Amino acid sequence: MTVGDIVSATHVPDEGPLAVGPEAARKIEGRSPWQLAFERLRRDRAAAISLVIIILIILMAVIAPVFAHLTGHGVFEQFRDTGLSVDGLPRSPRSAFLFGTDDQGRDVLVRVAYGARVSLIVGVLATALTVSIGTVIGLAAGYLGKLVDTVLARLIDVMLSLPFLLFAISLASVFQPSLTIVIVVLGIFSWSSVARIVRGQVLSIREREYVEAARAMGAGPWRIMFIDILPNVLAPIIVYTTLLIPVSIVGEATLSYLGVGVQPPTADWGQMIAEAATYYSVAPWFLIFPSLALLITTLAFNIFGDGVRDAFDPRSDRQMG
Amino acid sequence: MVRFLIRRVMLGILVLWLVTLAVFFIFFDLNSSGPESVAHRLGGRQATPQTIKLIEARLHLKDPLPKQYWYFLFGYPGQDVANGPPRNHGILPIGGSPHFFHTPDLGYSYINGENVNHKLWIAFPITFSLAIGAAVLWLGMGLLSGIWSAIRPRSLLDRGFTLTALFFYSFPTFVLGYVLLLLLYYYLTKAGHAWFPAGTYIPFTSDPWQWARHLLLPWFTLAAVTAAAYTRLTRGSMLDVLGEDYIRTARAKGLPERRVVFRHGLRAALTPIVTQFGIDLGSLLGGAIITEKVFSLPGLGYEAVAAITSNDLPVIIGVVVIATTAIVAANLVVDVLYAVLDPRVRLH
Amino acid sequence: MSINADASKSDGDVLLRVDNLVKHFPVQSTSLFSRNKDVVHAVDGVSLEVRRGETLGLVGETGCGKSTLARCIMRLHDITSGRVEFEGRDITRLSTGQMRPFRRDMQMIFQDPYGSLNPRRRVGSIIGDPFSIHGLADGKERKRRVQEVMELVGLNPEHFNRFPAEFSGGQRQRIGVARALALRPKLIVCDEPVSALDVSIQAQIINLLADLQDELGLTYIFIAHDLSVVRHVSDRVAVMYLGKVGELGEVEGVYQHARHPYTNALLSAVPVPDPATASDRHQIILVGDVPSPIAPPSGCRFHPRCPKARDTCVREEPDLVPRLGDPPTHVAACHFPVADGEDLADSKPEIGADKRIVEEGLVGNV
Repeated sequence: MTVGDIVSATHVPDEGPLAVGPEAARKIEGRSPWQLAFERLRRDRAAAISLVIIILIILMAVIAPVFAHLTGHGVFEQFRDTGLSVDGLPRSPRSAFLFGTDDQGRDVLVRVAYGARVSLIVGVLATALTVSIGTVIGLAAGYLGKLVDTVLARLIDVMLSLPFLLFAISLASVFQPSLTIVIVVLGIFSWSSVARIVRGQVLSIREREYVEAARAMGAGPWRIMFIDILPNVLAPIIVYTTLLIPVSIVGEATLSYLGVGVQPPTADWGQMIAEAATYYSVAPWFLIFPSLALLITTLAFNIFGDGVRDAFDPRSDRQMG
Repeated sequence: MVRFLIRRVMLGILVLWLVTLAVFFIFFDLNSSGPESVAHRLGGRQATPQTIKLIEARLHLKDPLPKQYWYFLFGYPGQDVANGPPRNHGILPIGGSPHFFHTPDLGYSYINGENVNHKLWIAFPITFSLAIGAAVLWLGMGLLSGIWSAIRPRSLLDRGFTLTALFFYSFPTFVLGYVLLLLLYYYLTKAGHAWFPAGTYIPFTSDPWQWARHLLLPWFTLAAVTAAAYTRLTRGSMLDVLGEDYIRTARAKGLPERRVVFRHGLRAALTPIVTQFGIDLGSLLGGAIITEKVFSLPGLGYEAVAAITSNDLPVIIGVVVIATTAIVAANLVVDVLYAVLDPRVRLH
Repeated sequence: MSINADASKSDGDVLLRVDNLVKHFPVQSTSLFSRNKDVVHAVDGVSLEVRRGETLGLVGETGCGKSTLARCIMRLHDITSGRVEFEGRDITRLSTGQMRPFRRDMQMIFQDPYGSLNPRRRVGSIIGDPFSIHGLADGKERKRRVQEVMELVGLNPEHFNRFPAEFSGGQRQRIGVARALALRPKLIVCDEPVSALDVSIQAQIINLLADLQDELGLTYIFIAHDLSVVRHVSDRVAVMYLGKVGELGEVEGVYQHARHPYTNALLSAVPVPDPATASDRHQIILVGDVPSPIAPPSGCRFHPRCPKARDTCVREEPDLVPRLGDPPTHVAACHFPVADGEDLADSKPEIGADKRIVEEGLVGNV
């Protein structure tokens, strides 16, 4: 499943550019496509709400130490007396532990807050890596053509037909698990879909006369790819990037859940869920809160990403890519 | 048509070959300082020095890499010895044995002495049951909701479907799995309604009814997160097709709407869905890693994760090879289906 | 094949020489699964010279290879065979890097004022491109020189920071002219620079080009399918048909004494402003479409549509030489050239219908 298949948002911008009055229409004239897209995004209520949620999550990650300070519970601190029941089981939510405790008597609330840091950092960095690799390879394949394209297009096909998760855990298992490995693994195995989209766009753009004009001017291939073509494929890249962030976040959580991602005692949602799995019947809160955090994050990013796509291409009620 | 098939088969072989190269590179070369570490990795954490010595000798880890790769594909030299790990005949079904053709040899686990072929042969039916049931379910849900949405775009129902799809799409598989396990298995069972059993696999051959009941939750988990993509794909594809001129013509000449949508529309809209379905089913047949782990179903994916934890590399290599073969085969089937479904392809 | 040797009196005059240039495009077959090795004979052995300071017009129907020829001269396409010389130096096989210094001296104006300007870049940076590519001017200096060029072509230099979308078609074409002019090249290849514009604006751009030529001593290759435009701007004109030059010469010679039946047909299709003369005129209606450049006709490529076609035309390819006592500067590739005053409408081809494109109830286009 690629990001291209992602479900479209349910909302339809209430006031499309056609719905605005003649006065407003005249005012909109002369704005760049970026301004228009931004304007449409601003009017999209679902996207606005999801953006607020994303900002709150970012805030939670940034001020995670404040949670620790206010509760007095360090992120690695184990409260064997107050945080565990007599049988040594996690304790349910109460005033001292708002989200309850985990199997080692640690505060789930504080750990969920810290977990946001890993998710967001990996989500952003892995996406950045994915998009950079994909864009460069897509540009090169699409513009340079010939042998380069044949080889790269074949490589893209091969990458797309690899069992992603299996290869990811194989790679991750060979190295000492770490945040860097997770980011690199996600980047290596996700660039191909970006490259495919960029390549397709470039193939249609490179025949335009302005590219020919640049060649006639004496511009070299790198200049043409990055100065003449890249700005024209930026819109789909931006849309794809916003939709890739939740995919990277889930990817990181999955690797950590499977034990090849972020290692304990670092607080991480995927890893917390893995630990909670054994206790789900006796301590559902331990499972529910990190799950909820992960779900809300991906949902918010997906809705926002859909809003961005609609903003850039109001007709994209259909599928993308 | 024949030439087209030959080209696709060649391409599939190329992919498989690249995968063996990648697998070999990852496990025999990457991050290994000298052959020592490869042997250690293969032997697992508890390996004794003797075991390490044995592995080194068996897999000729002191030989140059290209030679090792050759053995990896076509079988390792030497004779079978008593009480030692059996000689590996190579992962390709040719060469390396007294009989030229043989079953691909995925080797031997140096941790518990199990034959990997045998282990995965047992695991495969579980993965297969899971994949087939889930695929039927998600295809049904995705197609129905997608068609419905496309017939009445922007209706309340359409918005409802797309919202639901977005919701389930955002669910990480393991989160949904645990939620279902908690609500439908644990709480319901505790309340005395054991409708959805979980945690065991009943072979189809021993009791089809129990087989299905025990697989319901994993099926639904897998189907719900995947169907979302199909709802969207079907909706988009149908909307595109229904906007075509020939559909307008069909309506204009007075065909009943049902016939227009299903006979004329759906048929043309099906192509991208078939492609996606082939790819998804193919990748599932190599193991539904997360679902199998959440519901403790000992299929291929479950074995792979267990092997990662215990560092049992031959099992991981085996699953990777099987999974890629399944994907390549699925792609091939899709290509053939294309040729059958689409008259334009058949012409050439 | 090559044009008359006497035509080029002294080599010093010749800015650009094209010798027997051939450009074949391999055809990507429409089906994914069968490989087709057909080639399109886009340009098939064209030789011509462009002299310093002149304007060479290049006319022909859509698909006759004139744009391909232009792009081969500009080295935007790789050349299949033949030779292109600029100022006496062979540029046929130069690499992108080796071509770069030459590009300061040869520039191009494109047909589509919308497609030829990058929609995501500001006008100032589009016109400034030549300076930055060739490392000639930076920062303020670049801006000054860009605005100078903008003024030269009649654009408001204050519109430096606007996007192409904020200009009209005519203004956009001025931007294209400014970009081509920025480095003060010696040769400008104009690929149908006005055919996408309104007629009223066409004149403005043509006059601009003419003024600039006088002012800066430019040499033009001017491609068009509009014969009246070509007549207005050109010193000499080359008529192309299916990848070959059919007739070449001084404008007045070619227009007054057109020797090739195809040239005659083109000329007869030009609308005449006076209705009285118009109704008088015999218009030569060509039958059928241009044959496929994948399998061009044998002998003279025009024979399947030619009203004067005979068996010789099917068998032998005519040379491009002076005909019927024309001066050596006026050459035509026709076995049976049209005499002055001859009415082609009366001619009947003498070859079998199997070798011709037969009228199918419709009047063929010109």
